[in-house]
Amino acid sequence: MTFYNCLLRLYPSSFRHEYGDEMRALFARRLRQTSGVGHLALWLGTIAEIAGNAAVVHADILRQDVFYTGRMLRRSPGFALTAVLIVALGIGATTAAFSVTDFVLLRPLPFPEPDRLVTVLERTPGYDHMELSGPNYRDWKAAAKSFESIGIYHGEQLTVLGAGEPRRWTGASVSSDLLPTLGVSPIVGRGFTEADDREGAPGTILLSYRLWQTEFGGDPTAIGRPLSAQADFDTAVFTVIGVMPREFRFPNAKVEFWITNRFGARQYAEEERTDNWLNGVGRLKRGVTLSQVRAEMDLIAAQLEKAYPVANKGTGAAIDPLSDDVSERSRLLLVALSGASACVLLIACANLANLLLARALARRRELAVRTAIGAGRERLVRQLMTENLLLAFVGGALGIGIAIVAVPLLAQLVPPNLPIAAAPSVDTRVLLFAVALTVITGLSFGMAPVLRAGRSPDLDGLRDGARAGDGRKERLRSILVVSEIVASIVLLVSAGLLIRALLTVRAIDPGFNAEGVLTVRTDLPMPEYKTVVRREAYYASVLDGVRALPGVTSAAFVSFLPISSFRGGIWPVSVKGDAEAATDVRTANNSAAIRYVTPGFFRAMITPLKRGRDIEPGDTRDRPFVAVVSESFVKRYFPDQDPLGRHFTFAYADREIVGVAGDVRFRGLERKSEPQVYLSSQQVADGAITFYAPKALAVRTTGDPARFAPAVREIIRKADPKLAITEVQTLSEMIALETSSRTVQVRVLAGFAAIAFILAAVGIHGLLSFAVSQRTQEIGVRLALGAQSSDILVMVLTRAIVLTLAGIVPGVFLAYAAGRSMEALLAGVRAADPMTLASAVGLAAVMTIAGALAPTLRALRVDPISALRSE
Amino acid sequence: MIDRKEIDALLPLPAATFHILMALTDQDRHGYAIIQDVALRTGGELKLSAGTLYRSIQRMLEQGLLAETRERPDPDEDDERRRYYRITPLGTAVARAEARRLSDLVRMARACGLAPRTT
Repeated sequence: MTFYNCLLRLYPSSFRHEYGDEMRALFARRLRQTSGVGHLALWLGTIAEIAGNAAVVHADILRQDVFYTGRMLRRSPGFALTAVLIVALGIGATTAAFSVTDFVLLRPLPFPEPDRLVTVLERTPGYDHMELSGPNYRDWKAAAKSFESIGIYHGEQLTVLGAGEPRRWTGASVSSDLLPTLGVSPIVGRGFTEADDREGAPGTILLSYRLWQTEFGGDPTAIGRPLSAQADFDTAVFTVIGVMPREFRFPNAKVEFWITNRFGARQYAEEERTDNWLNGVGRLKRGVTLSQVRAEMDLIAAQLEKAYPVANKGTGAAIDPLSDDVSERSRLLLVALSGASACVLLIACANLANLLLARALARRRELAVRTAIGAGRERLVRQLMTENLLLAFVGGALGIGIAIVAVPLLAQLVPPNLPIAAAPSVDTRVLLFAVALTVITGLSFGMAPVLRAGRSPDLDGLRDGARAGDGRKERLRSILVVSEIVASIVLLVSAGLLIRALLTVRAIDPGFNAEGVLTVRTDLPMPEYKTVVRREAYYASVLDGVRALPGVTSAAFVSFLPISSFRGGIWPVSVKGDAEAATDVRTANNSAAIRYVTPGFFRAMITPLKRGRDIEPGDTRDRPFVAVVSESFVKRYFPDQDPLGRHFTFAYADREIVGVAGDVRFRGLERKSEPQVYLSSQQVADGAITFYAPKALAVRTTGDPARFAPAVREIIRKADPKLAITEVQTLSEMIALETSSRTVQVRVLAGFAAIAFILAAVGIHGLLSFAVSQRTQEIGVRLALGAQSSDILVMVLTRAIVLTLAGIVPGVFLAYAAGRSMEALLAGVRAADPMTLASAVGLAAVMTIAGALAPTLRALRVDPISALRSE
Repeated sequence: MIDRKEIDALLPLPAATFHILMALTDQDRHGYAIIQDVALRTGGELKLSAGTLYRSIQRMLEQGLLAETRERPDPDEDDERRRYYRITPLGTAVARAEARRLSDLVRMARACGLAPRTT
């Protein structure tokens, strides 16, 4: 019978209490009537029967409770709406933040056994992570035993010729073992073989799923079709051999195709050992740890340094998990976002708990009556839990809706360089998180009133005119409100610091004036544009046409515009007489950014020429090679000297400094840029350094630069209809894009802070209103005894001020700590920024006044006579 | 007067509920007696389990089809722990309505030749 008693525990205790005895008696009788096999059958049948029936009884009670709750909530729609909205805001903010954080930081990369994948890069003097050079890659790969395989890739663009305007595709050139290393194969067609990756092999191309859909309509017969396309160095025909899976995005979300490297002796030649341009990905053998592979690679790198003491001086291997390929800033940014959303949730929960406590007090009578007429404690607790969970679930559902709307707005926070989709979506994983959060919210913050109801039969509630609430409960509510103020101060300060940081970054002088400049990029297909003469003819044709447009004040070509898609291009510098010039050892301090320009570049960008002259049309190949250098270049290489007329060796030639320009932040507003060297577009050998041949056009206009785009396109089309025109945008847009993740982040945090602010004000309002309503009689007595309105005012406001101060003091400390931890995001703004802290404290004061206003007025309007009469 | 809508809302009745109502039509009974009566009526075909019985009784009490009664028909042989149940007027009306519904169904089945005709 003990087991039967245990089975009865499956029923709600009210049911057990009611029918348990009779059920036990009936079962005992049945047991007596059977024996042997019948016994067993009876037990098995009983177990199944009780499990089923208990579930039905539970469902019956749940149905009743939900029905009852629905009726109760319909009767107090204000409460229901407030509670649901509070939960929705908390769950919505947290779910949205989680979906982005999870997407970028938590979930494993979309490759089989992703924890065995590592990035394989070099460590060179001055750079923790530097791309691989061809020869080092080959030697590493041959020597390393820790890897199952290593593959390499580099970014590649193709201009696809065919019907209509030429199109520019962005993709990657890969070694044939890259895709097998990642563990991914095409869904249609075949992958690359070693034969596809040999020098001189016929061109083959794999399409991304998206490109297959948009360009080929998802047609399976696209496989085998030839594509005529120009890469940067050659024109070729590529045969489509396959389509990659829809979710495969490597190395980043922008990738549209993959072709093979087809490296030959040239890419592995000894002089290439310092030309770093390849990215490596390795798959570790099973059981090999990160420290083991690092130790092995250190050894190999040391051997290579011994073999090539000049080229490989100070060159090591940088092996890191592929999943760590998120920049420290992005990581911090997402952690800050999660922290902020947790603050919002905390405030929402505190508010909800407060609301439920107040409601539980207001319902004391109802609960007492129900206890008095025989409702068991378990039934009351169950009823209250149902009520809390119902509110939480409605709020949670609404919160998920908020998250679905908000997540695309947060997409800017996803770093663009990762092998994942460009924007997260609310999927099952995120939904499960939201549901778990909802249940936890409902259970934990509905608990306080539930525990109260479960504790003691509260017959005081039946007394007429009973005062709800005692000191203990008010203290709990005060603590909740104070914690709301603390969290909202932290959010206000964090948002304030980020706003200050955004303003600081926006105020950074990029070294040029971005207003009114239209930029356009064209490829210059080789070998057609191999010669300087051919390129100069093209530049002249375009520049003449563009400069003739009314409203255009100047125009020029440059290799790459600052803060554009390519920001590198670092070449070693040697100054004559410098000891290093003889050995050409790489160090952190002997490099500069290379840019070829046409005359007028500085005028078009409004980059100040501090000394000397601009590159001129007369700086041709038969004249002495000249250079305009940046101020930081002078500071580094010719400190305290007159740089004009000085010589240095750069990009295979001796250069004479003819001018000094202001520094430009090529690498981005918030990054340190190397010194810059500007060379004449004409002073280069035919076919040499074509990667840096000027291809970006900057057009300075009066008025809206975007207006000139069609005319400029037309002029380029007339100059050469085969050129693909890309990156048509204004310089201001490029700058705005640079700060867009910051802007989004500021908006999100400011949004969170605003929600927190409102919720905390609501919390203060609720608590003070309640306190005033509790003390109406006391206030009436005081007034009757001759107290002035000002006394009452002081009484209520003192409470408000004490609450706010109790929140502000720890809030400011925590905010400072939060600010310190995200200092890397603050662009030099200090965590203890006095203006931000003062503003946050000021806002908290406003919040207190706003929250306290209505209750104070109500206290002042108390009529002593009616207050006393009701006593 | 019992509201027609209130009766219709409860139809069709679960089999167990209908049997319990039938068992209580002629006299008040306790749980075990209901089980016995149902078994007798169905020739041993339907043996209500304790779980099903009390789950049904609880719901029927809530629906107002039954009431617990304090009168004990035969106090001498009675066990104090036993609860007796009595059918309410609503219970009777619902049982009648269910019977009518079932006989209508049977009539229709007969018309289609799905059930034997009575002579």
